[in-house]
Amino acid sequence: MNTKQPFEKVVASHATTVLRVCRAVLDVSEADDAWSETFLAALRAYPDLPADANVQAWLVTIAHRKSIDIVRARSRAAIPLADLPDRVSTLGVPGAGDGGDLIDALARLPDKQRRAVAYHHLGGLPYLEVAQLLGGTPEAARRAAADGIKSLRTSLADTTSKGAL
Amino acid sequence: MAPDDLFTLPAPSSDLLDRLHRSLEDAAVAEGILDVAYTTTDTPVGSLLLAATERGVVRIAYDVEDHERVLESLSTRLSSRILKSPRRLDGLRRELDEYFAGTRRAFDLDLDLSLSKGFRQLVQQHLPDIAYGHTESYKLLAEFVGNPKAVRAVGTACATNPLPIVVPCHRVLRSDGTLGGYVGGLAAKTALLELESAHA
Repeated sequence: MNTKQPFEKVVASHATTVLRVCRAVLDVSEADDAWSETFLAALRAYPDLPADANVQAWLVTIAHRKSIDIVRARSRAAIPLADLPDRVSTLGVPGAGDGGDLIDALARLPDKQRRAVAYHHLGGLPYLEVAQLLGGTPEAARRAAADGIKSLRTSLADTTSKGAL
Repeated sequence: MAPDDLFTLPAPSSDLLDRLHRSLEDAAVAEGILDVAYTTTDTPVGSLLLAATERGVVRIAYDVEDHERVLESLSTRLSSRILKSPRRLDGLRRELDEYFAGTRRAFDLDLDLSLSKGFRQLVQQHLPDIAYGHTESYKLLAEFVGNPKAVRAVGTACATNPLPIVVPCHRVLRSDGTLGGYVGGLAAKTALLELESAHA
């Protein structure tokens, strides 16, 4: 018996989590596009998703693929310039309490640590599945996430010596 | 700082989530994969769930039918590609507003009758022929659709009408003039009949 929830329920339940994951692995300006691409792809494939599937893990996996596409498109579009033009930062203002410090700190992590932290701690993926997305063993994924958390802790302690985030 | 504390990232604003949702609706429509769009609207007979496929209005549901359950049933029977997307229902909402204001006597909308089959659909297709402000008996309706013995089946067809109000099953009464049943409850049936007799 197919008792699949209407897709609107999926959006309502997971919109925030998927946006947080997208913000953690991409620039702010790209995260909205990644969110839209993720849910559009999910809507397309939803009728074929087994009724007992872990929907959040499925969405995080799609978000991972979409974020990789966006990063690839960005590097293809990049044009070498002799002088970099000034531009307004898309990152948060430090200490503004909008999560900008954390987003900045995540952006400074090596890619594998950044993704391991995002997919496990924000997306709720077990390390086995994180490893399937990033390559390597589950133990390596666990270590990447742990190293990432350690760096974030150090880096946030430097920027916000005021105390807890 | 524990990892859990780290991830008290502020929640995105509801404005942003609304904007993202609308862009998802637009992209889904453009790709032809918004199989069922729905919204809810407040009326004098309570909150109504309105749902439409690309072919037309497919379901109108009263509060007493439980909107969540109706959506789950649409997901199973039609498609799970369902989004809350009010724009596809704008025309229906406008016509319902006019109907409840007493300025509209008939609905002029594309309907998707795919939730009804066979004899039930035949009965439901005949219902709009009963004029605004008039009523017909289950018995007479059975004769009209060419099956005078099928009074009970006609009653079932009215009770399972997926498009109440627009397909006016509220205009069908028992032969003795009593109300019979109604999918939205007898108070709603009475309210619709009183509205129509006031503006007929």
